[in-house]
Amino acid sequence: MSEPISTGAEWTFELIEQYHAEIEAIAEEYGLDTYPNQIELITAEQMLDAYASVGMPIGYSHWSFGKHFIKNEQQYRRGHMGLAYEIVINSNPCIAYLMEENTMMMQALVIAHASFGHNSFFKGNYLFRTWTDAEAIIDYLVFAKRYINECEERYGIDEVENLLDSCHALQNHGVDRYKRPNPVSMREEQERLKEREAYLQSQVNDLWHKTIPRKEAEEERERQPNFPEEPQENILYFVEKNAPLLEPWQREVVRIVRKIGQYFYPQRQTQVMNEGWACFWHYHIMNALYDRGKVTDGFMLEFLQSHTNVVAQPDFDSKFYSGINPYALGYAMMTDIKRICVDPDEEDRKWFPDIAGSDWQQTLDFAMRNFKDESFISQFLSPRLIREFKLFSILDDEQQSELEVTSIHNDSGYRYIRQALSNQYNLSMNEPNIQVYNVDIRGDRSLTLRHIPHNNVPLADTSEEVLKHLRRLWGFGVKLETVDADGEVIRTEECAA
Amino acid sequence: MAQLIDRRPNAKGKSTVNRQRFLRRYKTQIKKAISEQISERSITNVDGGESVSIPTRDITEPTFRNDQGGVREGVYPGNKEFAPGDKIKRPPGGGGGKGGSASDSGEGEDDFVFEISKDEYLDMLFDDLELPNLQKNQLSKMTKSKTVRAGFTNDGVPTNINIVRSLRSALSRRVAMGAEPRRRLRELEAELLGLQQDVGGDEGRRRELEREIEALRNRIRKIPFIDTFDLRFNNFVQRPEPTSQAVMFCLMDVSGSMDQETKDIAKRFYILLYLFLTRSYRDVDVVYIRHHTQAKEVDEEEFFYSRETGGTIVSSALEMTRDIIAQRYPPTDWNIYAAQASDGDNWNDDSPVCEQILAKQLLPQLRYYAYVEITRRDHQGLWAHYENLLAKHDNFAMQHIREYEDIYPVFREFFRKQTQ
Repeated sequence: MSEPISTGAEWTFELIEQYHAEIEAIAEEYGLDTYPNQIELITAEQMLDAYASVGMPIGYSHWSFGKHFIKNEQQYRRGHMGLAYEIVINSNPCIAYLMEENTMMMQALVIAHASFGHNSFFKGNYLFRTWTDAEAIIDYLVFAKRYINECEERYGIDEVENLLDSCHALQNHGVDRYKRPNPVSMREEQERLKEREAYLQSQVNDLWHKTIPRKEAEEERERQPNFPEEPQENILYFVEKNAPLLEPWQREVVRIVRKIGQYFYPQRQTQVMNEGWACFWHYHIMNALYDRGKVTDGFMLEFLQSHTNVVAQPDFDSKFYSGINPYALGYAMMTDIKRICVDPDEEDRKWFPDIAGSDWQQTLDFAMRNFKDESFISQFLSPRLIREFKLFSILDDEQQSELEVTSIHNDSGYRYIRQALSNQYNLSMNEPNIQVYNVDIRGDRSLTLRHIPHNNVPLADTSEEVLKHLRRLWGFGVKLETVDADGEVIRTEECAA
Repeated sequence: MAQLIDRRPNAKGKSTVNRQRFLRRYKTQIKKAISEQISERSITNVDGGESVSIPTRDITEPTFRNDQGGVREGVYPGNKEFAPGDKIKRPPGGGGGKGGSASDSGEGEDDFVFEISKDEYLDMLFDDLELPNLQKNQLSKMTKSKTVRAGFTNDGVPTNINIVRSLRSALSRRVAMGAEPRRRLRELEAELLGLQQDVGGDEGRRRELEREIEALRNRIRKIPFIDTFDLRFNNFVQRPEPTSQAVMFCLMDVSGSMDQETKDIAKRFYILLYLFLTRSYRDVDVVYIRHHTQAKEVDEEEFFYSRETGGTIVSSALEMTRDIIAQRYPPTDWNIYAAQASDGDNWNDDSPVCEQILAKQLLPQLRYYAYVEITRRDHQGLWAHYENLLAKHDNFAMQHIREYEDIYPVFREFFRKQTQ
């Protein structure tokens, strides 16, 4: 048995380095593939700053970040909210922020959790690999900040602020859900920037030159093909490319907001997996440290207390309940996969013939790399876990006066619950499906969106405001049609030119 | 190996820009909230910031979202007694079926409450306002001097002796003066020791050495422990400082015609003035003078809330102000401001007297005199006489307030940034 690295609660830079070295060695033995780490120590106030800018170290200035900052600060001051112990950024090197208030144990835990858990997830998971470019994000953010700053100087703060407001309103509809985007790259961005400004404008001019509005017979207009030919889900992209009146710099700002939204999209799709993976590994790494005598019993108790809090799942009727805890579900699933590999029982062999008894490290690695929350759950949620969480599903149909319990944790309910839970993490089911449907290029240039409700779930009344924002970007009238299952328009909302 | 960076010393408040942007954007709402809160503050309570509340609906960031309703299915943990097919009553506060937390979403329309610092508060309150005559004042007011430390000197009075420094220089002088004899002494002693060990040594040389050693020892002994030359004195100089004190005279008519509402309006006006003065002066004294036919100096409570009846003679308060200035606030040391609130009533023969006192005696001594007339009626004699003053005295101002809402605009009118 070797000496523990430290015995007190105080951390020092030397200790952090020693812990990091030990943890790195353990992570290597477990085969975690990570970006190099960059660990930064920050104060609570700086942590609040980071919160406000969605965790990014550099962001352009906007009042909404100030609002979030004020809100968080209030809650933190009044003790309504604890701060996260860390924030980690999907970049290369992987930047993790550690708060100075943390104890030595907590710093070690955070290093294991963020600098190795999240880090390896960022590097390995297919969504992050396809949709984000860890090499370039920091550079891109620097570029975005500077660009928006320049715009403010040239066109005035108000002008830029209004534009950003409108873009933010549509940020969630500025991602390509299915098409693979080009990774953001700093150098290319800059090289192409000038070129693109000119090109974009020429494209737009081209489209609208030929379409000087003129009166046409109704039937003739009917025969015109829609523009765009296929409905487009990425509204911001459509605006960037086709809005008739935007200046080149405005298109660039739209692009920046869109790119940043796109960058965060994978994070929203892999919350359960990402946290589960990080918790799973911090748990293993901390135990390995203990087994090697690197940490004391006290350290371990403090860790277990904290770990247990993080992965606890309150029941639906508890006052602490606020939805399914992604840490709890993710950690339980990762641990469960390991169990199925190492120590499968009859049920596991029946449900998971492929992985029961296989090498657990390989299986987990495969799961981490190739899934997102919805597919991960529908693939790996085991009956045993459903029993442990005592999951049940409830159907809420507006038409019925009562809610119905559709299934519970029993033989006939497992598959149903698994599917229902998977759906719950399907972002495209939880966000309204709104697409660009048509532009009246020969007429009043108005833009028509179509909303296709999922299960008759209506749009919240914020849509009116959002339409105003879209109207500002588009420059002409904007219409939102809600269609039913047969494609019949059942409701129209309009924001006139 | 990981790269470890200590970011803590970095400039804090990376969000400061964003925070300022937020305040800038919602300036109108914040200002409105602030002016509504003015009545709840005591005049002299300006230490804290202010808690500002603006309606949440004004600051939402809209996005396309799903609303309640339709058909939706949710999975929840911790089943206890439910079996498939069970029907549950819809919990109040909308669908979603989340027993415990349904109320969270129901109460989303609260105001957005946040703290702004004292400086931000005052900035909002006095946006674009400028203290009258401040420029001139600061130039002409460099009279007050202040004693400040200014290092050390070699001479001074005994009370200012700096013991540590004096002894330090004595010590260094002793070391310096003794260095050469001591070195010589060591050489001679070494030579003497050599001679003593050498049996056939030179007796004459030995004696000579002993004599010389004795002389050197004497010389070292005679170096004085402390010399007048060593003394160091703390040095002080007088530095002229712009005076940072101001006094604000609140004059108010409390005769029968002034009702409580009028007084409240006046109070708000005084609060604003006080806040405004504390922006520029470190110490602000407030003198409350109320009057009917006679003037009396009172405390804040009595000033605003005690009731009096009787006629009105404004000049009594002006005379009292003049006397108090003469007794306690010499204009060379104090920046004097006065604000008078009245409903415009005055005994007719008194109004010319008021004009005279102001023009001849008070205004030359004052930085600024503000007169607010709080009334819904027409102006009376006092107003007309005061108007005569306007043209000749640029530190005199008068305004008319009818309603609560007028206070702030009127105040701004008084202290509007002076254009060059």
